[in-house]
Amino acid sequence: MGIRWGSIWQALGKRPLARHGLLAVIVAAAVLVLSYQVSAYTNYEVAGVAVFATAAAGLTVLTGVNGQISLGHGALMAVGAYTTSLLLEWQTNLPIVLVMAASVAAAAAAGLLFGVAASRLRGPYLAGVTLALALALPQLALHFASIFRGEQGIPVTPPSVPGWLGASFSGEQWLAWVSVAAALVTMVLLANLLRSWVGRSLRAVRDDEVAAVLAGIHVGRTQVMAFVISSACAGLGGSLFAYWLGLTAPGGFSVTLSLQLLIAIVIGGMGSLVGAVWGAIFLILLPDLTGSLATAFNLPSSIGNNLPLAIFGAVLVLAMLAFPRGVQGGLTSLGGFGRSHWRQRRTRRESG
Amino acid sequence: MHTLLVLTVEGLVQGSIYAAVALALVLIWRATKVINFAQGAMAMFTTYVAWLAIQHGLSYWAAFGIALICGFALGAVVERVLVRPVETASPFNVVILTLGLYLFLEAIAPMIFGGSVRSFPPAFAITGLELGKVQVPLSGFDLFTFGCVAGALLLLTLLFKRTNLGLRMRASAFSPEVSRLLGIRVGRMLTTGWALAAGLGALAGVLIAPTSLLQPTYMDEAFIFGFTGAILGGLESPWGSVVGGLAIGVVLTFVGYLSPDLETFAGLIILTAILMLRPRGLFSRQRERRV
Repeated sequence: MGIRWGSIWQALGKRPLARHGLLAVIVAAAVLVLSYQVSAYTNYEVAGVAVFATAAAGLTVLTGVNGQISLGHGALMAVGAYTTSLLLEWQTNLPIVLVMAASVAAAAAAGLLFGVAASRLRGPYLAGVTLALALALPQLALHFASIFRGEQGIPVTPPSVPGWLGASFSGEQWLAWVSVAAALVTMVLLANLLRSWVGRSLRAVRDDEVAAVLAGIHVGRTQVMAFVISSACAGLGGSLFAYWLGLTAPGGFSVTLSLQLLIAIVIGGMGSLVGAVWGAIFLILLPDLTGSLATAFNLPSSIGNNLPLAIFGAVLVLAMLAFPRGVQGGLTSLGGFGRSHWRQRRTRRESG
Repeated sequence: MHTLLVLTVEGLVQGSIYAAVALALVLIWRATKVINFAQGAMAMFTTYVAWLAIQHGLSYWAAFGIALICGFALGAVVERVLVRPVETASPFNVVILTLGLYLFLEAIAPMIFGGSVRSFPPAFAITGLELGKVQVPLSGFDLFTFGCVAGALLLLTLLFKRTNLGLRMRASAFSPEVSRLLGIRVGRMLTTGWALAAGLGALAGVLIAPTSLLQPTYMDEAFIFGFTGAILGGLESPWGSVVGGLAIGVVLTFVGYLSPDLETFAGLIILTAILMLRPRGLFSRQRERRV
């Protein structure tokens, strides 16, 4: 008598929280085990994927699920990162959970302020205002240089490794654990949120505002809520980003950062949380790949340094021309194809 | 009083360039309902081509002409090859496509033209002119900039109001379906619109290059301020966009005089404030959306 996997899976299907939680625990266990096998650099990259996945998941909720475009999420990450850096500058040994919570709160507050303005805007107007936000906010760090230390930025002390892990435990591995844990908690919370009435009203507003109003949904309030949820994720991503980079400076939060988040969700597939992870993996791995290409072919630095951005741009253009639904969309339709193919074969066998 | 005058004139000159960018955006928006986020990057690219021409010994005016022609060609190619296939997709996809083009051009420019910052010569001296014995806060190049933008505006107005081509372009923007029934090649009109807009952008690129040195990101600010001007003008109205661009130029010059770091931030505040009061811009005649 084996375990009846099918009935367990069925029971999980009725409890999204349990299913998402189980999936997260499996991923966490895998990362935990694998992080001992790989080099410090790979751990650092895993942490990077978690950083971008967290922020991109937030953008997925806003842009993919709620249909509001934001070209300024890098600025909201900056809010989180500067909160983290300033707090750590004030008290170096604050508990990391507290620092992250404060960064999330600060970014959510900024998101609330901005969401109220954004909920009145549509399409190109929203794109324009968020783009202006991405350009303008880092400039405040230059203007108030006495607080934000201007162009040089604020150095960030890496999170200290707890003593019980032993002396040989690397900082990179600890950073990977912390970042992956934060990303997984974010993902589970968002996945459950999207399956609740919140997710349904976010989608309803995206698909048809008039119909949403007729169904009793307050459109403006829903859009502001999407902005706040999304900004909170960007704040957490920003906080992790500060730890990950070890320095918070205006140069790190250029328009390119905002566009990179957009690339992540476009490549992964709009509206899919797993897609955000695919996109984040792409964002981290591509510069590595082009870097080793540039060294292998001895390319001059003006080419090697700009190769990732050129490929990001080309991928965005090609994705829109050929695969507007991204990696996750492609996988889903492949899965759908496989499943229907299988079902057809089975019916044929049963009837034949 | 003198400072006030100097700043106003300086702001109007800057504003005329923003107005050109704004007008280019409005031209494309009216024809295809697309915001071309690659506008600035395309202008940057054509200006680099002009710089290369000057490096190879061509005169300023030949390079000027080359920049404009490259602008026309680049605009037409982008519309025909990239934008046309996604025209029927959601507007969101087109926005992402132009953003991708923006990233691509900004990354490819240093690969082709080298990574270091280049200087671009002005057409005329950039020192103040003298009228009799009084030094005026206006250089020959300022006058040239202003004249170029005004000339381009005049030509475009004539094109749209007085020529057959302009009438056909207006018709295709107004109602593509009906125009097609009347025998207008709408696709060709859209390509022409993009070519004209990119040419106008290329003009702006060459005009800014001498004062802000040539580098891959040098058009970013001009683009965002031009975009702000276009939105102030309501995106639909060409004259609104020109007024919006000039106004942004003057206001930002004053802000920049008071605090140089806050120029872009002031742009954001102005943009947000005005859109809060009128979500469709200052000069738009469209009704606001109500659900």
